[in-house]
Amino acid sequence: MSLTETLSKRPLRALRLPRWLTGEAALMLALVLFVGVLSIAPLARLAWAALVPQGQFDASRIADILGGRRVVGATLNTIWISVAATCLATVAGTLAALLTTLTDMRARTLWVFGFVLPLMIPPQVTALAWVQAFSPSSPVLGALGLSLPPGTRHPLYSMGGIIFLLGLYNAPLVFLSVRASLQRLPASLVEAAHSNGAGRGAVIRDIILPLIRGGVFAGAALAFVSSIGNFGIQAMLGIPARVETLITMIYRRLNSYGPSALNDMALLALLLAVLTVIGMTLTAWLGRKGDQRVDSAHRAPRMTLGPWQWPVGLAAWGYLLVCLALPLSALFAAALVRGYGQPLNAETITFENFANALFHHKGIREAFVTSFWITCTTVAVLIPVAVALGYVLTWRRGWVAKLLRLASELAYALPGIIIGVAMILFFLRPLPFIGTGLYGTVWVILAAYFSNFLALALRPILGGYAQIDRALDEAAQLAGAGIFTRLRTIILPSVAPAATAAGILVFMTAINEIQTSVLLVSSRAQTIGPMIIFLEEAGSSTLAAAVGCLMVLLVLALMGLSLVFGRRLPEGVLPWRD
Amino acid sequence: MSDIRIDAISKSFGPTQVLKDVSLAIEAGEFVAVLGPSGCGKTTLLRCLAGFEQLDGGHIAIGGETVSAPRAHVPPERRGIGVVFQNYALWPHMSVAQNVAYGLKIAGIPRAERMKRVSRVLDLVALGPLANRRPADLSGGQRQRVALARCLAMESRVVLLDEPLANLDVHLRGALEEEFAAFHARSGATMFYITHDQAEALALADRVAVMNAGRILQFDRPEALFSQPASETVAGFIGEGRVLEAEDIRPLGNGRAAASLMGQTVELRCAPGERARGRAKISFHPGDLQLTETQGIAANVTRATYRGAYLRAEVMAGPGGHVPLSVNIAAPASLTRGQRITLALRDGWVIPDAAA
Repeated sequence: MSLTETLSKRPLRALRLPRWLTGEAALMLALVLFVGVLSIAPLARLAWAALVPQGQFDASRIADILGGRRVVGATLNTIWISVAATCLATVAGTLAALLTTLTDMRARTLWVFGFVLPLMIPPQVTALAWVQAFSPSSPVLGALGLSLPPGTRHPLYSMGGIIFLLGLYNAPLVFLSVRASLQRLPASLVEAAHSNGAGRGAVIRDIILPLIRGGVFAGAALAFVSSIGNFGIQAMLGIPARVETLITMIYRRLNSYGPSALNDMALLALLLAVLTVIGMTLTAWLGRKGDQRVDSAHRAPRMTLGPWQWPVGLAAWGYLLVCLALPLSALFAAALVRGYGQPLNAETITFENFANALFHHKGIREAFVTSFWITCTTVAVLIPVAVALGYVLTWRRGWVAKLLRLASELAYALPGIIIGVAMILFFLRPLPFIGTGLYGTVWVILAAYFSNFLALALRPILGGYAQIDRALDEAAQLAGAGIFTRLRTIILPSVAPAATAAGILVFMTAINEIQTSVLLVSSRAQTIGPMIIFLEEAGSSTLAAAVGCLMVLLVLALMGLSLVFGRRLPEGVLPWRD
Repeated sequence: MSDIRIDAISKSFGPTQVLKDVSLAIEAGEFVAVLGPSGCGKTTLLRCLAGFEQLDGGHIAIGGETVSAPRAHVPPERRGIGVVFQNYALWPHMSVAQNVAYGLKIAGIPRAERMKRVSRVLDLVALGPLANRRPADLSGGQRQRVALARCLAMESRVVLLDEPLANLDVHLRGALEEEFAAFHARSGATMFYITHDQAEALALADRVAVMNAGRILQFDRPEALFSQPASETVAGFIGEGRVLEAEDIRPLGNGRAAASLMGQTVELRCAPGERARGRAKISFHPGDLQLTETQGIAANVTRATYRGAYLRAEVMAGPGGHVPLSVNIAAPASLTRGQRITLALRDGWVIPDAAA
């Protein structure tokens, strides 16, 4: 019996679906529905509520709100803070990348791990740790007698403090982008400049910097997006310092006035979205202008530090000491004393805070359980969706693919708090057919996670697709395999390493997530991310510090696990791997 | 039956039209090669046949059933066509046997039957002992044979081959050309072979379609392409062909004609319907020119290179000495730079008038 006969006698598996809805059409429809319901529809609802709240466009209302003294002040603060923090992050990140990629500095791998680590620590924990660093219990400054006398204003509770922390926090983003550019730089270009008589400074200024310009600006664009949308640091430092930004304004007004302020806050969220997109586009445009493409190199250039080995090493490790050891040691010290401000010594040390955080505090325990299961669900749903979406974005043309790409990129750029406001608006009213609303339940948070992290999951997977030959899929198609069979038997095994890395990234980000969930949590549904802010606001600094320590330990454990078991994961996807 | 009828198909990517009114009628079981320079549209033609690209116009029927037309498109997975990709497209996470068995598994063939067919096919291409290896552990030639085995196992009636020898060493190519011929004899499948290497095309195919800039220039038997090219482009493309203008074409009947080339009278082959013309393009090959002691075309040797079986000379010929020609002269012979020689044209072809 020949194969063609066998094929024709076999009943179709998807017998109940109409013929046009089998295979790719069904996949496209499912993806459009997923992205449409979770990203496009809520954002459209947000724009609608912002611009035409009562069914009509009212220009004077918009002018009134946006022209208000406090809104203008918050907008200017937002712009200034994110631009200044981006500049700081760009300088620090670029220097770090030049140092680790171009020189023979000792113990580079360890240093890179330390430099990238702040990126993986939730920003609210970073902020809390820095606040603790200046408290009397700080083991570093306290021991040096440099801690603040009681009653003085905390130096980080200021505009400068916010810029400083956002800059440090986002420097790794620039670092990763610049390092990727540097690794593509052929050593021969640098050697040619040396043979023409150029010294090291001249080579860096005239050859290397112009060639990595694209990478620097791409990193700066990421740092800008991350700074403008960073709720944790802006709230933890900005609210006590009375430095109002758009994000903290939206958060505080929604907390005080509830859903009645939603339409106005939707307008502010839209303004924040527009600022984000403008900043990102501008930076990307600056980077593209005069961008030089070079062929990828087999061998990256290396310079010897020679006599500078010790001073440079000292400065580099000193930086890590200040940025990592100072705040984190303070955080741990604060978690180990009974009350805020107590110095840590043999008499005051206690594990009560950790015991409370882990076992006795019902809210924290429930929040952790909630965070854990919605994070696992998010990973379990988003990775298959991202693999299917990556397939369409990589190998299919047409307007549907273009629309999906645009939607996923937009969701990547927009600050989480905007998704939060959009989700409230979208799910506030009772759902059709069900009768009850999802507002205030954990399901809204889950929906927001799907929307917020799809792009994060997509990035490494798109990188994975770039590595595999399209003919592998086409050969399976010729063998008669439909799209779902191919995704399962051919594509998934091929992109498995990238998908695993994507899963790790999403898990680490979602488990401590704060940006969207801070607006969506309620008495019925708490997550662990915003818990620190609530505890700190309620005056339980030491308990907040203990929760923060646990988060840092969780992150470190996950990073360590991924290093031990992740030898087969693709290079360049997990940021902490050198 | 698995004859292929390609009827006036066109395909554009954005503003560039890649296929322009392409038609080919391929008989069941025939081995057809499509020959053309890179970028001529031959790979797009293959992808249209396989169903990876949708047509803008025209239609394709396989075995009498329309598979591609602007409004009707049978997806690749339901065409039952085998393709040997340029880089073989072996699934790296599956063993050789799993690669070959995949299509059978998709078709729902029971395990026992599947195993039997896979081992039979692997024995046919002499890969039986390597059934459990991964593709990464195979040599280039072995990978090629796995790709062929995959088509054999599926018993595809139509097999498309996309430059299958392009990534292989020269010394492997001869062996694999033989392999393709054996595959064709064994399977009886209709073969559609894309290549830019004319030696491959002429050696393997029953008929060759010469393609350039999205059009089929000529579709004919290899010997006809070589000795009776239909156009200047084909004549110049096949076998180092040289095209010159001759004057005073006088048909002599019986497929022969006399003409005047660089002042010398020569006798050439021509199409049966050829008429007397004042001027015409004629084509010939380096081997058609011979040294002569008697009257002939005067030439001046500018370069002579030793090629083993023959001596290759570049000469400037004609009364003015400004027509460059290549000449192959059977060994033993010796020519030096600057030497004056006399050449006779033993064979040539009057290219038919395109307007006629």
